[in-house]
Amino acid sequence: MTRLITSGFSHFILFIGILIMIVPVWMIFASSTHSGLTINTQGLQMFLGDSFYENYLRVLLYEGGFFKEITALKMFLNSFIMATGVAILSVITSLMAAYALVYYRTKYATLLFWIIFVTILVPLELRIFPTYSVMAELNLVNSYFGLIVPISASAIATLFFRQFYKTVPDELLESAKLDGANTWRFFVDFLVPLSKTMIVAMLIFMFVFGYNQYLWPLLVTSSEQYWTVVMGLKMMSGSIVHRFAFVMMSMVPPILIIIVLQKHFIKGVFQDK
Amino acid sequence: MSFLDLKNVTKIYPNGTKAVHETSLSISEGEFMVFVGPSGCGKSTLLRMVAGLEDITEGDINLDGQLINEVDPSERDVAMVFQNYALYPHMNVYNNLAYGLKNRGIDKETIEQKVNDAAKLLQISDFLQRKPSMLSGGQRQRVAMGRAIVRNPKIFLFDEPLSNLDAKLRIQMRLEIKKLQQKVGVTSIFVTHDQVEAMTLADRLAVINNGIIEQLGTPIEIYNNPESLFVAGFIGSPQMNFLDANLNNKTLSAENFEIKNIDSDYNGEVTLGIRPEHLIESENGLINLKVELVEQLGSDNLVYGQIKNIKDFCYRSPGNQIIKKGDTLSLNIEENKYYIFDKSTGKRVN
Ligand SMILES: Nc1ncnc2c1ncn2[C@@H]1O[C@H](COP(=O)(O)OP(=O)(O)O)[C@@H](O)[C@H]1O
Ligand SMILES: [Mg+2]
Repeated sequence: MTRLITSGFSHFILFIGILIMIVPVWMIFASSTHSGLTINTQGLQMFLGDSFYENYLRVLLYEGGFFKEITALKMFLNSFIMATGVAILSVITSLMAAYALVYYRTKYATLLFWIIFVTILVPLELRIFPTYSVMAELNLVNSYFGLIVPISASAIATLFFRQFYKTVPDELLESAKLDGANTWRFFVDFLVPLSKTMIVAMLIFMFVFGYNQYLWPLLVTSSEQYWTVVMGLKMMSGSIVHRFAFVMMSMVPPILIIIVLQKHFIKGVFQDK
Repeated sequence: MSFLDLKNVTKIYPNGTKAVHETSLSISEGEFMVFVGPSGCGKSTLLRMVAGLEDITEGDINLDGQLINEVDPSERDVAMVFQNYALYPHMNVYNNLAYGLKNRGIDKETIEQKVNDAAKLLQISDFLQRKPSMLSGGQRQRVAMGRAIVRNPKIFLFDEPLSNLDAKLRIQMRLEIKKLQQKVGVTSIFVTHDQVEAMTLADRLAVINNGIIEQLGTPIEIYNNPESLFVAGFIGSPQMNFLDANLNNKTLSAENFEIKNIDSDYNGEVTLGIRPEHLIESENGLINLKVELVEQLGSDNLVYGQIKNIKDFCYRSPGNQIIKKGDTLSLNIEENKYYIFDKSTGKRVN
């Protein structure tokens, strides 16, 4: 009986939590399907209106910015390229960095690892001006390369992969060596497939990280051509319903990525067992 | 010339541990050599130096006429079976077996042929598609063996491959490994701390203690003629009994009995060793054993008792004999079946 009460109570709390998170999102969505006039005269709406297609299409295709060079569609493309680039590049670099740290048994591996680790304490925002001037020197301002590369070295992902590699038994490496595998083959044939689950998790994590970038893209792009969704959220002008529609759409890619990759993530976890 | 040749091989680990001392050893082609010794004596280290998984601090290792000190393990053409099997968890059994062949650029059909042959030999054909996590301990063991066999290497190395199996399976696999090795005929080194395993498998046995080969020989030579106290105590089950004694003018005096006309010129304090199976009951025997415990194994009994102040003296009696706690047995030693060791150095003196 007490059990039922506790369980009921925790469900109640859960329910409240969900409400707190969902309701504002719903209100924005519902409001975004009304006309601007309705919102301005009657406030935020709880129920769906009939201007969904009109509002969303206009937002997607509207040419914004000072020079009218960018549409929301282009922003989504930019964000997608940037987030995917960051995710893939940072997973590759940290996989390899961790491999070197764990398997190249230099005396300095631990020291090197801590130096890499310390960079967690120095986020991009702190080193943004030197990073910018490097990019400027290299003529990489206003390019996807410039958007992606400076934020694609992830100490956190390196840490995760390193900790994982350390749990891989030495006999596996030794056995592979005796089977004729060289350093590279061991990495490709063993470590990469064995860390599949973690790779997917890191891809999700780094995709969202890349997608959410604001300050760096703002700085490194002067051309409206390279605006990203998160920048657009700030720059977007126009009627409130259009901005709401844009906000709603901006949430879709990260959620989609999580849904798509989560399947592999869970499959990976269960397959290994 | 021998197939595998170790010359004054020494291993000192970076932390200063001297695991193997100037060891020399020759193994001929097709031979089944067993390294046996207590845990930490350096058996694995010696084996791993042959495999190339540990650097050789000093000395030379020659395999098939080639100095391999500096040869990378992937180029040595040796196969190793590890204690925990080290199967590739993300590959199915087929790929576990095929991986080594793929790395040598062998074509697909040949690989398939070889894998299927090896699988048949080891009776693992039915689960070639399974992942190692879906196999039992015995099956994993077979896959590990298969991975070694399929490559047809110059030498098989086994590092305590049976110690993770339960007792019954261990005996069964022991038999199979021996049969398989005889069939395939590949030179093998097998490391174990279990002297029964060592005795049953070995063509030749190296008893290792503290990084030194104490004795090298066929199992029966070593059993019959242990050259040191350590080897005598290590080989044979149940363990040899040891008694303190004195040897003077070819007469050995133990606590309450004497043996005359000993074939040794040594004088001084010694340890007398007698195997439990070398005792026989007889009237007016040398030794009076007060029985404290009897282990009945069916085929024979292990009788543990006391001789004066010496405890846990063991005597192996025929199984049909009924012996009870509290009995006193009068025992004699079989003709010349005793071993005398210098008490200070442990060297055999008779
Ligand atoms: N990587 C290592 N670094 C330092 N000492 C080691 C290492 N591996 C083994 N040893 C030491 O070397 C000795 C022999 O070890 P090992 O060959 O594994 O013994 P065994 O296989 O006979 O049990 C032991 O004293 C062990 O502690
Ligand atoms: Mg060992």
